[in-house]
Amino acid sequence: MLHWLTLMAGSLASLLWAALIFTVPLTLASFALGLTVGLAAAIIRLFGPAPLAAAVRFYVWIIRGTPLLVQLFLIFYGLPSAGIVLDAFPAALIGFTLNVGAYTSEIIRAVISSVPKGQWEAAYSIGMSWTQAMRRTILPQAARTAVPPLSNSFISLVKDTSLAAAITVPELFQAAQRIVATTYEPLILYVEVALIYLALSSVLSALQVRLEQRLGRYGGFLESKS
Amino acid sequence: MIRLSNIEKRFGDVTVLKGVTLTVAEGRVTALIGPSGGGKSTLLRCINLLEVPTSGSVRIGEEELTFHPGSKPNWPDVRRLRSQTGMVFQNFQLFPHRTAVENVMEGLVTVQKWPFGKAQERAMTLLQKVGMAHKADAWPATLSGGQQQRVAIARALAPFPRVLLCDEPTSALDPELSDEVVDVLGKLAEEGTTMVMATHDLRLASKIAHEVVFLESGQVVENGASRDLFSRPTRERTKRFIATLTQQGQH
Ligand SMILES: Nc1ncnc2c1ncn2[C@@H]1O[C@H](COP(=O)(O)OP(=O)(O)OP(=O)(O)O)[C@@H](O)[C@H]1O
Ligand SMILES: [Mg+2]
Repeated sequence: MLHWLTLMAGSLASLLWAALIFTVPLTLASFALGLTVGLAAAIIRLFGPAPLAAAVRFYVWIIRGTPLLVQLFLIFYGLPSAGIVLDAFPAALIGFTLNVGAYTSEIIRAVISSVPKGQWEAAYSIGMSWTQAMRRTILPQAARTAVPPLSNSFISLVKDTSLAAAITVPELFQAAQRIVATTYEPLILYVEVALIYLALSSVLSALQVRLEQRLGRYGGFLESKS
Repeated sequence: MIRLSNIEKRFGDVTVLKGVTLTVAEGRVTALIGPSGGGKSTLLRCINLLEVPTSGSVRIGEEELTFHPGSKPNWPDVRRLRSQTGMVFQNFQLFPHRTAVENVMEGLVTVQKWPFGKAQERAMTLLQKVGMAHKADAWPATLSGGQQQRVAIARALAPFPRVLLCDEPTSALDPELSDEVVDVLGKLAEEGTTMVMATHDLRLASKIAHEVVFLESGQVVENGASRDLFSRPTRERTKRFIATLTQQGQH
C-alpha cells in the first residue's frame, strides 16, 4: 500500500504537468475549432446550396464512419507520403477538430431545426434579416437545447485525447506510458491516469449542471415550448 | 391605404388565393372571415410577404410591390414593404429567451438601431398601453396566454407599422383570457390603428371590425361594412357561415 502511494505521489506532478500543457489545451482548442466547423457545417446543411450541403454530408459520413485512431494515423503517418508533414500536436489538433466538427454539426443541425418555425416568422415580422433572426432569435434558443448533448461531446473529447499518445503527442496518457517504461508498474500508473481522467470528466459534468441551471432561469421555456 | 390587387398564391399545383383584390382605408379595421382553409392566413401573410404572392401587387402607403410567377422580390424591397406592417400570431410567438420588455424592444434595437434607453422608453409606453407594464421584466413562459398576446401586440406595434396584421389573435385563448385581448385590440381600433385580422371569433369581429371580408376557397365571396354583413348578408353562403359561427358562439 505504501509502495502504491509513494509511486503515485512521485508521478503525479509529471502527469498533471502533461495534462496541463497538452491534454487541456488540445481539448479546449479542438473543441472551440470543432464547434466552429460544426456550426458552419450545420448551417450549410440546413440552408446552403445543394452541392455544398452534399459535400458536408460526405464529410460527416467519412468522419463518423471511420475510427478516430485511424483518422489520426492517416493525418500524422499517412499524409507525409503525400508531401504533407505535420508535427504531432497540430496533426492531433486537426484530427480532433474534424472529429468534433462532424459530430457537433449533427447536434447543432438538430437543435436549430427544433426551434419552431414561428420564431423565424416572428423575427421576420419585426423586420429582421435572415442573419439577424439567426443570431438574435434562433441560435440563442438552439444553444440552450444544445448544452446537454454538446457537454457530452466535450467530455468524450477529453477522454479521446488519450488517443493522441499513439501519434507521439506527450499528453497525459503518454506521460503515464513513459513512467511505466522505467518503473515497470503498469497497474499503479494506469489506475492513477484513469483517476485523473475521471476527475477531469467529473469536474466538467459538474460545470455542465451549473450551466444548465443558469440557463434554466428563463422561466423554464425549454419545457413549456410546444 | 392598403391595396391588394389581384393577389394569386399557388403552393405547387394548388392555388390557394385566386385573384384577391381588397382595399383597406387608413384607420379602419377589416376582419377576414370564412371557413377553415379558405386562405385567410395566407392572405395576411401575403401582405407582409411571409409568403410571396405568385402574382398581383401589394401596396401599403407609398410602398408598392408587384409580383410575377417565378421571380423572387429582392430583400430591400421586401424589407421596405414589411416595415410597414406588424404581425400578431395565433400562438403569440414571443421570444422565450427575452423578457416582456426585451421582446418589445427587439425590433427597435436590432433592426432600427435605436439606442437602448430610447427603445426601452417606447417599449414601456407600449406595455403600459396593453396593460402589461407591471410584467415588463417577466419571462414569457411565466405569463398567461392573454398576457403573452398583449405583449406580442406591443412588440408588433413598436416599430410604428402602418398596419397591424392579426392572425386569429384570440383563438388560442379561453373566453376569459380572450376578452382582455379583445379589449386591447378594441382600444387600438378606437385610436385609429389600421388593422387586418383573420378570425373565427364573431365577438371580436363584430365588436371592432368596420369592414368584413368573407373569404372562401381563395376568393372573396362578399365584403362590406360589418354592421350590414353580419345582420343582412346578401349571399346565401355568407348567411349560412355566419349562422354556424353564431351557434358556436352560444356554446
Ligand atoms: N406552406 C403551404 N404549403 C402548401 N399548402 C399550404 C401552405 N400554407 C397553406 N396552405 C394551404 O392553403 C390553404 C389555405 O390555408 P390558410 O391557412 O390560408 O387558411 P385559413 O383560412 O387561414 O384557415 P384556418 O381558418 O384554418 O386558419 C389550405 O388548403 C392550406 O392547406
Ligand atoms: Mg389561418
